[in-house]
Amino acid sequence: MRLKISHETVYRYGQPIRNLVQSLRLTPSVFEGQKTHEWQIDVSGGVKGPGFRDGAGDWIEGWTVRGPVDHVTVRITGRIDTRDMAGVLRGHREMIHPLTYLRDSPATRPDDALRALAQSVTGSDPLDLAHQLSASVSDRIAFRPGVTHTGTTASQALALGEGVCQDHTHALTAIARLRGLPARYVSGYLHSTIDGQAHDAAHAWAEIQVEGLGWIGFDAANRCCPDERYVRLGSGLDAADAAPIRGVAMGTGSEDMDVSVRVEEMAQ
Amino acid sequence: MSYYNEMFEGDSVRDPYARLREWVETMPDDFRQMKQAEAEALFRRIGITFAVYGEGGDPDRLIPFDMMPRVFEQAEWRRLERGIKQRARALNAFLRDVYGRGEIIRAGRIPGRLVYQNEAFEKSVVGFVPPRGVYSHIIGIDLVRTAKDEFYVLEDNCRTPSGVSYMLENREIMMRMFPQLFRGNRIEPVDQYPDLLRRTLESVAPAKCNDRPTCVILTPGHYNSAYYEHSFLANLMGVELVEGQDLFVDGEFCYMRTTTGPKRVDVIYRRIDDPYLDPLCFRPDSMLGIPGLMDVYRSGGVSICSAPGAGVADDKAIYTFVPEMIRFYLGEEPILNNVQTWTLWKDDDYRYVMEHLPELVVKEVHGSGGYGMLVGPKSTKEEIEVFRAKIQANPSNYIAQPTLALSTCPTFVNEGIAPRHVDLRPYCLCGDRIELVPGGLTRVALREGSLVVNSSQGGGVKDTWVLSE
Repeated sequence: MRLKISHETVYRYGQPIRNLVQSLRLTPSVFEGQKTHEWQIDVSGGVKGPGFRDGAGDWIEGWTVRGPVDHVTVRITGRIDTRDMAGVLRGHREMIHPLTYLRDSPATRPDDALRALAQSVTGSDPLDLAHQLSASVSDRIAFRPGVTHTGTTASQALALGEGVCQDHTHALTAIARLRGLPARYVSGYLHSTIDGQAHDAAHAWAEIQVEGLGWIGFDAANRCCPDERYVRLGSGLDAADAAPIRGVAMGTGSEDMDVSVRVEEMAQ
Repeated sequence: MSYYNEMFEGDSVRDPYARLREWVETMPDDFRQMKQAEAEALFRRIGITFAVYGEGGDPDRLIPFDMMPRVFEQAEWRRLERGIKQRARALNAFLRDVYGRGEIIRAGRIPGRLVYQNEAFEKSVVGFVPPRGVYSHIIGIDLVRTAKDEFYVLEDNCRTPSGVSYMLENREIMMRMFPQLFRGNRIEPVDQYPDLLRRTLESVAPAKCNDRPTCVILTPGHYNSAYYEHSFLANLMGVELVEGQDLFVDGEFCYMRTTTGPKRVDVIYRRIDDPYLDPLCFRPDSMLGIPGLMDVYRSGGVSICSAPGAGVADDKAIYTFVPEMIRFYLGEEPILNNVQTWTLWKDDDYRYVMEHLPELVVKEVHGSGGYGMLVGPKSTKEEIEVFRAKIQANPSNYIAQPTLALSTCPTFVNEGIAPRHVDLRPYCLCGDRIELVPGGLTRVALREGSLVVNSSQGGGVKDTWVLSE
């Protein structure tokens, strides 16, 4: 698919802020399933700082806004070709050892319910086990926006039985690690859900390391593996670690955020 | 158990101590008491009262200073120096390796999970090689001596070892009080340490720095128990002492706020822990750090000493593999010994330790300061049983080691001088060169028979001499 992406995040501050520093993980990953043709990051009133590829293979870009400003817009526009790789992250250069992704994190720390869920699943081999684990999360957490928030943990989402892609992904990474499979949180975009509905928000899914195959994506929220409808940006131990935008500013007032994402298919 | 007394060779006093013994024997009692009071007053006036090694307790406590120096001959020191530098090279090679290809793990010499699942292993710096490939720039290696030519390493401190200000102050005070001792003995100086430290820091400035590098010391602030040391070193090195709020990131670099405007900073000697360095990379709630610092660091705009993630080399679980690192990276045999260590989460080790508690030293994995430890041979049956119950409740919280026969040094006591047990922490500097000033911090267990040198348990400090040829 040839996808056109526009992603805008507007931060509005109750009091003007100064010295905003951001660390952006907002550039598509480089692997066989993606070829980026044009990609532009712009932070209003900002100075582009350091850019580098980290050990996970993600392109990180720092931006600073001296201010004072009462709002900041982070705007992404780009064109990218995607291919269906059946979820396999082939040709992705990274240096972090998979065992590192067996560690838990604040949002994926297991509790008894997650342990029980992890143990309730059987698989004929590691790949099958990963599929079964993903299915078990789809079964136990219904997709429902508005009941969870960005700080909801895997154990809280499982107890609620409802949530959004972030919650499915936290739960899946948590139980995969419990079964000895390295797992991580991936952030990106999704063109449309399987029923053809446009997806107008950022998206997240899990990657599980399967010996012999490498990293494979599992989208428990949509009961599938990532294909050509998906655009991969970066990864981490959990949502906070993989966050596309991290920022800190000097200021004391309130902060509101508006996000709009459009992923459109373009004519080839 | 017999102990090596560093003052004697058989029945005769060893050369390095001969003059000192004469000095002590001709010293009138009232003179000694007067000098002891003078030393204490000097320490108070300088304000050096902080706790060593994060032992906690009263931050204003004065650590007892023993006026009787500990002395090494040149030849003894040369061997120690080779051993320490060897270890420092291996530890840095290990860090470069585990943040790179992980050859030592691929070769099966160290289990990968001990490294990659270690809390101190920092995923965000994988693949980034700091200037000159150095991760740990100041390594404090804790040593004990058990025989004339036998030294054991108790632990390596690769992050931000403290206590070097004691090494400098102990010497300063001895020179002020007993100048004649320094005229009569050829003692190698230690006061070049601040210059060497600054030179070391400057030598690891990032490639983007094209002037004389600007170095700073980053402190958590004056509530920190080692704040005195931070300001002391900044002063002696002639660099600024800063807190997180004094630094900021703009574009590709890190700057310090000054009265004449922003000044670019090239090298940060940080005395704060990894999780507090940068809220954008580590703990988002940290107020101590500098937002964006890690992005500047990872793109080569500033150097951080020690490198974030260096702590994985001094972890208690990794410690047992240091001799293996020396063989693997350097192709050499270790000059200094590691202490045999039983880890109580392993069944075989657990069984052995429980059967031999009266002979062993048992420590908490994350303990420090000599708290929460059992010294088997120095404990009563009741104390051992109480400790046994603690171990049974949580075996993975403990490691055990043989009780080492720590050497003794002559030490002032009420009756004159008597042998007391000591350890040693030298400070090794790693930059474009590896440097070690001849000396270090000697801690002494002032209580008769005690093997615990921690100041919280009645320990004191001594000046440490290395005699020149």
